[in-house]
Amino acid sequence: MQWETVIGLEVHVQLATKSKIFSGASTAFGAEPNTQACAIDLAMPGTLPVPNEQAFRDAIMFGLAIDADIARTSMFERKNYFYPDLPKAYQTTQLEKPIVGRGHVEIELADGSKKSIRIHHAHLEEDAGKSLHEDFHGMSGIDLNRAGTPLIEIVSEPDMRSSEEAVAFARKLHSIVTSLGICDGNMSQGSMRFDVNISVRPVGSDTFGTRTETKNLNSFKFMEDAIALEVERQIEVIEDGGKIIQETRLYNGDTKKARAMRSKEEANDYRYFPCPDLLPIVFNDDYIEQIRETLPELPDARRDRFLSQYGLSHYDANILSGDANVARYFETAAGGDAKLAANWIMGELSARLNAEDIAIQECPVSAEQLAGMIARLVDGTISSKMAKEVFDAMWNGEGSADDIIEARGLKQVSDSGAIEALVDEVIANSPQQVDNYRSADEAKRPKMLGYFVGQIMKASKGQANPQQVNEVLLRKLNDLL
Amino acid sequence: MHNKTLADIIAGLNRGDFSSVEITRHFLDRIQQLDGQYNSFITVTAEAALASAAAADQQRANGSVPLFCGVPMAHKDIFCTNGVRTSCGSKMLDNFVPPYDATVVENFANAGAVILGKTNMDEFAMGSSNETSYYGPVKNPWDTNCVPGGSSGGSAAAIAARLTPAATATDTGGSIRQPAALCGITGLKPTYGRVSRWGMIAFASSLDQGGPMARTAEDCALMLNVMASFDGKDSTSIDRPVPDYSNYLNQPLSGLKIGIPKEYFGEGLNPGTEQAVRDALAEYEKLGATLVEISLPHSNLAVPAYYVIAPAEASANLSRFDGVRYGYRCENPKDLRDLYMRTRGEGFGEEVKRRILVGAYCLSAGYYDAYYRKAQQARRLIKQDFVDAFQQVDVIMGPTSPSPAFGFGAKGNDPVAMYLEDIYTIATNLAGLPGMSVPCGLVDNKPVGLQIIGDYFDEALMLNMAHQFQQATDWHQRAPEGLA
Repeated sequence: MQWETVIGLEVHVQLATKSKIFSGASTAFGAEPNTQACAIDLAMPGTLPVPNEQAFRDAIMFGLAIDADIARTSMFERKNYFYPDLPKAYQTTQLEKPIVGRGHVEIELADGSKKSIRIHHAHLEEDAGKSLHEDFHGMSGIDLNRAGTPLIEIVSEPDMRSSEEAVAFARKLHSIVTSLGICDGNMSQGSMRFDVNISVRPVGSDTFGTRTETKNLNSFKFMEDAIALEVERQIEVIEDGGKIIQETRLYNGDTKKARAMRSKEEANDYRYFPCPDLLPIVFNDDYIEQIRETLPELPDARRDRFLSQYGLSHYDANILSGDANVARYFETAAGGDAKLAANWIMGELSARLNAEDIAIQECPVSAEQLAGMIARLVDGTISSKMAKEVFDAMWNGEGSADDIIEARGLKQVSDSGAIEALVDEVIANSPQQVDNYRSADEAKRPKMLGYFVGQIMKASKGQANPQQVNEVLLRKLNDLL
Repeated sequence: MHNKTLADIIAGLNRGDFSSVEITRHFLDRIQQLDGQYNSFITVTAEAALASAAAADQQRANGSVPLFCGVPMAHKDIFCTNGVRTSCGSKMLDNFVPPYDATVVENFANAGAVILGKTNMDEFAMGSSNETSYYGPVKNPWDTNCVPGGSSGGSAAAIAARLTPAATATDTGGSIRQPAALCGITGLKPTYGRVSRWGMIAFASSLDQGGPMARTAEDCALMLNVMASFDGKDSTSIDRPVPDYSNYLNQPLSGLKIGIPKEYFGEGLNPGTEQAVRDALAEYEKLGATLVEISLPHSNLAVPAYYVIAPAEASANLSRFDGVRYGYRCENPKDLRDLYMRTRGEGFGEEVKRRILVGAYCLSAGYYDAYYRKAQQARRLIKQDFVDAFQQVDVIMGPTSPSPAFGFGAKGNDPVAMYLEDIYTIATNLAGLPGMSVPCGLVDNKPVGLQIIGDYFDEALMLNMAHQFQQATDWHQRAPEGLA
């Protein structure tokens, strides 16, 4: 039987606000445990939540970016469950009136086709702390620094039909929230976490199969692998005559294995009810329009601009516009020659970043440095070959391209008089080759240039501008015809 | 000395009749000598009180001082006090010392008040008799075989016994007004949002409101001037100017219309209580007001709606007491589940557990619509009754509680009988309206309270009406035998 995969995503996005959603404590990542949890975050008796306006602005920005309805009245509910890293024993979240209503996100697939993924809603909520089960000798440690960090949870419709679509959707969301500047997009620090709802059904069926939810995936690669694994498992279960149980699953990216966490029967009754400590929050049209006016450029618009402004290929424009940080880097580096900047970023730079597993924001070669190097390529000071050496040196922290060129004596000879002299010298020293060139068919002549170029470059110790050498050589040889 | 009202004490301090240390010591001595009989304090902060009294005297010697400078009073043990144990009447918080002050506490500190200690209360403010306190029941100074009412029974009893001239209190369903009535003192529950809830340990967040308790309306006005404030730390606090309540006390009452809800004079009302209330209403007519019979047709929904909404909110509010971060923790938990079950099983008393269970049940999947949602609908109807009534009248009056103070164990194992104690007070909490209780008589030598319900933010008018009544009568000056 042929099977179709059906995927829906729930995405938790940590908002990049400075303080928490209901307290003034800092949200900075990486502090000593429990140093960024105030009395409110600790749920001390008598403390009360006060909403952080920035979290609402961020959520509204997201809603506007996906063309969604923005709720004019926003309310919070309490979701009750006991866990040590949830200090109040309820999470303040939104159920009945989420701030962002229905919207949609367009994704583009490898074959160039486009698809619209519907967003069911997105709501604001607070993150929990972290339970640490290692290093405490059979006990658990609780770090409440993360408790109260604002999140938007984005819930898609089950519109995706393959892991490729799911990953494209996840990447697009990443691109949107980083472009808006409402999330730092740092997946390894948990700034975006994906819960994937997966089911399979016979191709042609119009009802959904029973779904499972694989929780807390924090890389696109893990997501792709986890989906493949779960789809395979579900098909196997069904083909063996079994039934899929609605359950929550955990995927371990290191072992590449998944396991069931709890079934629907064991699921909590969260006893949601409106939070009486927070009054409904009302946004008027002016407020929302003011936010709309501050919206930065979104990924699709940026891609179109990259196509027209920089004359990039569709492929290049897609890659460079997708990630807001990459796009920013590209635009800074593109001053001299956009095409060259694109090639360098997607080639050498990406390869190095991937190899060393660092984000472009932490790249040791700044976009300004790369622009400086490209300027020297464009003006012919250095050759492509020299540029690789300059790039390596910049990566190693040796300074600007100009400093490196100077220090290493990498100047390419572009002085036309000097190049003419070199060409003349090589022609004079190669009578046999010149004769061969003159007597050869015109079609074969271009291939015979290589010898002369090689000799000239050798004589210049590699510093002659190859393009200029080619031009001068061709002119002088043709003069001899 | 101990019969002085807050107004008397402020005047006496200003005149130099006595020092803050003298008056503070006087009340501390009384607490030490007499409170063994009443159990109205959980914690007495004698040393700190004397130190701040001495500082107040010094400050006074140096020049102008804030109004409450050196004036002794007490806080209900539901208000967090920085560095002073705040138990909320529960074993769960027997060891809890907050590192912060409630806004109400801070407001009184800024006004210069001297805090004698923390008063007893029903556990987590859940009760109408003060019998649910982990620290034992409070006894009514009018009859120590009787309850003082609750949950602010400690504050009420301490004032009635002249152990403190005034105290803060809170009211979720009647917890200021009912003990004020049963102890023969004056208490005011302000409009919801008028007094900050920051640092006031939550029972039912949408109903809880702090307010003053003292012997006179004049004193309650002085206290409300300090307590009422907009507070950015409480999102339900209302940003609205606070009038000087003392300025309105002497307005004439002529032309005012008093609504008398017929539903508040039906079955279950003690005849003596009814007579005292009717006499008080007649007094108001003498003062120039007109009585208008009105109807609050959904009054019968108040108790059932309240006993869904309040426990529902409480079930979530009290979930934080889990033994993980502060408060009581059971001995040697064998795992997480055991930690939760035993901590909460051992740390909470029976009434608190009952309400948590009721609340969790009302919010459960499949029951939410039948209970919680229905109760919210009832709440809207109750509120609308009042909105309609205030189209016709300026204030509403009736009994505060159905009968005077009852004996310990009288409501025994029937929680519903206890819940009916608040039958006349609960509706105002559901509507968010201000309510007040003023002494208006004695039945079998036990006090009766007249309830005054005002429109939103009409505390000044209520205090004015209460003050005028107290100018014409002396019920508020009566004291339990031997305590005057």
